[in-house]
Amino acid sequence: MIGIFKSMYITFATMMRKPVTIEYPAKHRDVPQRDRAFPILLWDKDVVEPFCTGCHACERACPVECMTVTMKDNPLHADDKSKRRKIVDEFWIDYGRCMRCNICVEVCNFEAIAMNNTWAGHELSKFDRNDLVLDLDQLLAQHKQGKIDEWVAE
Amino acid sequence: MVQEQQLETVDINVNMGPQHPSTHGVFRMVLTIDGERVVDVEPHIGYMHRGAEKLSENMDYRAAIGFQDRTDYLAQFLNEQAYCMAVEKLLELAVPERTEYIRVILCELNRITSHFMFLGAFGIDLGYFGTSFTYGFRERERIQDIFEEVTGERMMYGYFRPGGLAWDVPDNFVQMIRDVLPHARQGLNDLDVLMTQNEIVAARTKGIGAMSAEDSVNWGLSGPMLRAAGIDWDLRKDKPYSIYDRFDYDIPVGSHGDVFDRYLVRLEEARQSIRIVEQALDQLPDGPIMPEKMPRRLRGPEAEVYAAVEGPRGEYGIYIVSKGGDKPYRLKIRPPSFCNLSALRDMTVGNYVADAVAILGSIDIVLCDVDR
Ligand code: SF4
Ligand code: SF4
Repeated sequence: MIGIFKSMYITFATMMRKPVTIEYPAKHRDVPQRDRAFPILLWDKDVVEPFCTGCHACERACPVECMTVTMKDNPLHADDKSKRRKIVDEFWIDYGRCMRCNICVEVCNFEAIAMNNTWAGHELSKFDRNDLVLDLDQLLAQHKQGKIDEWVAE
Repeated sequence: MVQEQQLETVDINVNMGPQHPSTHGVFRMVLTIDGERVVDVEPHIGYMHRGAEKLSENMDYRAAIGFQDRTDYLAQFLNEQAYCMAVEKLLELAVPERTEYIRVILCELNRITSHFMFLGAFGIDLGYFGTSFTYGFRERERIQDIFEEVTGERMMYGYFRPGGLAWDVPDNFVQMIRDVLPHARQGLNDLDVLMTQNEIVAARTKGIGAMSAEDSVNWGLSGPMLRAAGIDWDLRKDKPYSIYDRFDYDIPVGSHGDVFDRYLVRLEEARQSIRIVEQALDQLPDGPIMPEKMPRRLRGPEAEVYAAVEGPRGEYGIYIVSKGGDKPYRLKIRPPSFCNLSALRDMTVGNYVADAVAILGSIDIVLCDVDR
């Protein structure tokens, strides 16, 4: 019997404590700086082109094979505006398949890809799973608008 | 008027699961019951089979880290630790001091979160209906936040790398953990008061599903299941790996091997983990987190290695057969949940149906770990 009263004491004591929950859709908790949502591509503002050269390193390293990259000759390089001889032509990432392992970010030699560390990278529910396959423009949009707090690992 | 006809009783089969709130995942038990007594149990597993072993065999050594998190999803750091230890053994990489300490700290915190999860879910199995679960989760969440700060992920950390870590911990790492440990200790005390002396819990658990020490060894049980039966066997002490020989901590051992002892052993183990974390924080050295001579591409020699860690559920081992090249030829996971689950029938037969839930809960299975 004493044990049961002790248990009830804990329950009532908890009633007096401040709640630890947040009312989610109305309020968002801060995501940590290192937050790893989904990978996005970064935009080189100085040269006005993506950092990505389409080198396929990330595509080969991705454990779940959710990326597709193609490469083309850089038109800006011909005009001497950019140092990149090759540039990305098309880029798709299937977010429905990505397991957010960060390996693409680690293998990229050009620091062209990063994990989205904002809430925009989390609230991605869609009605059609094909909408989760993002193309180059969509992947660049976040960084172009400056909506990402850059934290590049290492 | 008394009926002439002879009344008969028959054993009936009851399907428990795969969608059942008390099976901790998608696990199906076919119980044969005689009235309220269980006379036979047939477990059906495999609903969560994803072929983690085969997937890991098709990845190079670094990429396969992600799949280790997804076997035992309540003890991700420990799985990564086992895998990294196996690869490090194979490639003969020397892990830096600082990395070892960070790994131990994270692994022990992970053990605490896993045991919080057990204590909470165990309460539900006994009919607490959410009270213990929310208390356990409240404290677990604080530690989970630290993991998120450090690795960027809430569940599938993918933070350890063969040889080291993906990146260094944030500057406020030590302070963050020191702030959280009192809460964890308080949370354990709360759950202790809530359950240990509670007469209802005692009536539901004492003497239920007892396994003798001899049977436990014969079934190949490990972890808290084995220690509850009175056998003092913990890989951290008995086959010291990493730097566990530098800390001062005790291994809790039960005596009856019943459901109650398993609960007590886990509760005490979580407390001991707090002790280890405190000592490791005091000793945490500075330095690099990756070995100096780290090959760009990890290529293994022709060899076979086995590395095991003491996970919250028992011995989690990785066996790698390498025939050279950057992928393992064969990778075998020794999942503690699977081996512990094999003793289910021995424990359950002869008990009431309601006890079957308590017994299954006391094994603390993770179905992703059972099915891989
Ligand atoms: S993101 Fe980096 S690794 Fe991937 S194709 Fe572009 S430059 Fe290469
Ligand atoms: S985070 Fe991992 S799974 Fe996702 S695209 Fe990058 S490499 Fe592939």
